[in-house]
Amino acid sequence: MTPAPSPEVLQAPLVVEFPFTRSLGPVQSAFLTGLRNRTVLGVRTTDGRVLVPPVEYDPVTADELADLVEVAPTGTVTTWAWNPAPRRGQPLRTPFAWVLVRLDGADTALLHALDAPGPDAVRTGMRVRIRWAGERVGAITDIACFEPYDGAGAGEAVPHSGEFADPVSGIVAPARLDYTYAPGRAQSRYLKALAGRTTYGERCPSCRKVYVPPRGACPTCGVATDEQVEVGPRGTVTTFCIVNIKARNLDIEVPYVYAHIALDGADLALHGRIGGIPYDQVRMGLRVEPVWSADGRYPDHYRPTGEPDADYDTYKELL
Amino acid sequence: MRQVAIVAFGQSDHRPDSAETSEVEMLMPVLHQVLDTVGLRAGEIDFTCSGSSDYLAGRAFSFTMALDGVGAWPPISESHVEMDGAWALYEAWTRLLTGEADTALVYAYGKSSPGDLREVLTRQLDPYYMAPLWPDSVSLAALQAQALIDAADTGADERALAGVAARSRTAAETNPHAQLTGSPPPEALLDEPYLVRPLRRHDCPPIGDGAAAVVLAAGDTARRLCPRPAWIRGMDHRTEAHSLGVRDLTRSPSTRLAAERAGAFQAPVDLAELHAPFTSQELILRRELRLADAVRVNPSGGALAANPMMAAGLIRLGEAAAAIHRGAAGRALAHATSGPCLQQNLVAVLEGDVL
Repeated sequence: MTPAPSPEVLQAPLVVEFPFTRSLGPVQSAFLTGLRNRTVLGVRTTDGRVLVPPVEYDPVTADELADLVEVAPTGTVTTWAWNPAPRRGQPLRTPFAWVLVRLDGADTALLHALDAPGPDAVRTGMRVRIRWAGERVGAITDIACFEPYDGAGAGEAVPHSGEFADPVSGIVAPARLDYTYAPGRAQSRYLKALAGRTTYGERCPSCRKVYVPPRGACPTCGVATDEQVEVGPRGTVTTFCIVNIKARNLDIEVPYVYAHIALDGADLALHGRIGGIPYDQVRMGLRVEPVWSADGRYPDHYRPTGEPDADYDTYKELL
Repeated sequence: MRQVAIVAFGQSDHRPDSAETSEVEMLMPVLHQVLDTVGLRAGEIDFTCSGSSDYLAGRAFSFTMALDGVGAWPPISESHVEMDGAWALYEAWTRLLTGEADTALVYAYGKSSPGDLREVLTRQLDPYYMAPLWPDSVSLAALQAQALIDAADTGADERALAGVAARSRTAAETNPHAQLTGSPPPEALLDEPYLVRPLRRHDCPPIGDGAAAVVLAAGDTARRLCPRPAWIRGMDHRTEAHSLGVRDLTRSPSTRLAAERAGAFQAPVDLAELHAPFTSQELILRRELRLADAVRVNPSGGALAANPMMAAGLIRLGEAAAAIHRGAAGRALAHATSGPCLQQNLVAVLEGDVL
């Protein structure tokens, strides 16, 4: 029993990245396919307004909308904001203005970027036109940006069938966010000890249970756990499952066994993979010990110790 | 109908970076503080509701980790909203109104420091037309601010915006939890460069980490737990279209409607805690809420002094309630917002018993 040392906080990069695949309804499909063909479509509401970009349901009346119309690639800035330092993923790499643009023939405004030499060249009410991307795929980014335009307003929106060859039915929207993950005091202490091949649990000052891995709080009492207790290294399999699905980027042959393991001295089972024994011979009560990863920072898996199996009564409270 | 009150409020000290603590470690002292205030243990609370966001934490079901802090074993009655804790408070309020519970613990937390908040918030935008352009939260607020400045009938200019910033951060000097306190006079602020024109740094909220919690109680239970409960006389929340281009960004009809339904216009309030992360948004909210000049607005410093994501709206309700608890307000309005450019708005009216 040692008082917890003040830990040096661990941190590590964490990247969360998904290629979200999204299907389009008839209206969004027509709009994005239209952009691929340098045609801007809106949708007419039951009370006669033209929404660009178009939506399938009227934001005011909730009516279903499908009456497609074509509007001009020119329009008027309704508000703007000068962005001196473009960020990753934004439409232009050089300083630009964010703009809401009401295209000629539309009653609502579209958000995009405006390529302009500086903030003094931008104002509400200025005329702009679409600059199309060289390669268009059926996405909002088919509009590369807007650019200043001297011409007058074009006419009314005109009916459009919304039909194009090879319509776009979905988009892939990649999303990447970068984090610096910091696990906090309790988990930092745990991970550092683990790198020294020692497993620490933390004892609740109220109910006296030892939690591993510790998260800094007792889930029963809702109080901080701060007394470190060495547990393991050996433990008992309390329950397990046989995994038959090969995980991507994971170099483990299937089937393998994933188990709950009650380390000696702990009041909560942690989970880990069982190796060193055929998958169909793993059983409740099996005594196991950790096998450390090549870099020695954490247990890669647990293997049988060769001891006799533990009695059910010794671990039944930890199932 | 049953009367429900906020009987305790606590918040963390809001900091730009709290890497030394996990979410639950940051939250736990706040939970203990509010429970100690009313002399209850976690297990004695009838209903628990929280607000937080997986996108801030960078992992799925992140709120389940924080549940350790409330002692969720043996099982408790619990719920979670993936937005500001003000909406968790709304859920808890309705639960108490039904009579199924007499007490509720509401908490909210957010750590912005692990990620890039301006990028993280782009993921709440429409994924077809807006999110692929990665417009960051400051840029969207700047579009709203410019619309306000351009509108003929608002009187808003950059000097007025700077005035909001200076007043808020000066007020925060008496708030020990605030992240930013003190300000040069408005004229000096106008010498600073733009962050995203027309917004300068002082027009924007600090990015930081923090947590807050309140205890709600009904009727006689509230009177037993708190010498001067902050009774919730009305509460309502409304949303507007997601697309910025279909909205008049100079107005906030959802705030106006929520205030009407919450009863805010039935009698004057003497204090208002407004969740306006950007200076321009306070001007919009003041107009929609018809606040008289005499009303004290954000004596806590508001979101311009500390804006922990997912907690800042709940803190507005908590600050308004705390003013009633200490007899510094009689009838207070609290407002919370969520989403880009004031998309969703919640208004609550709080009152103390006549002294």
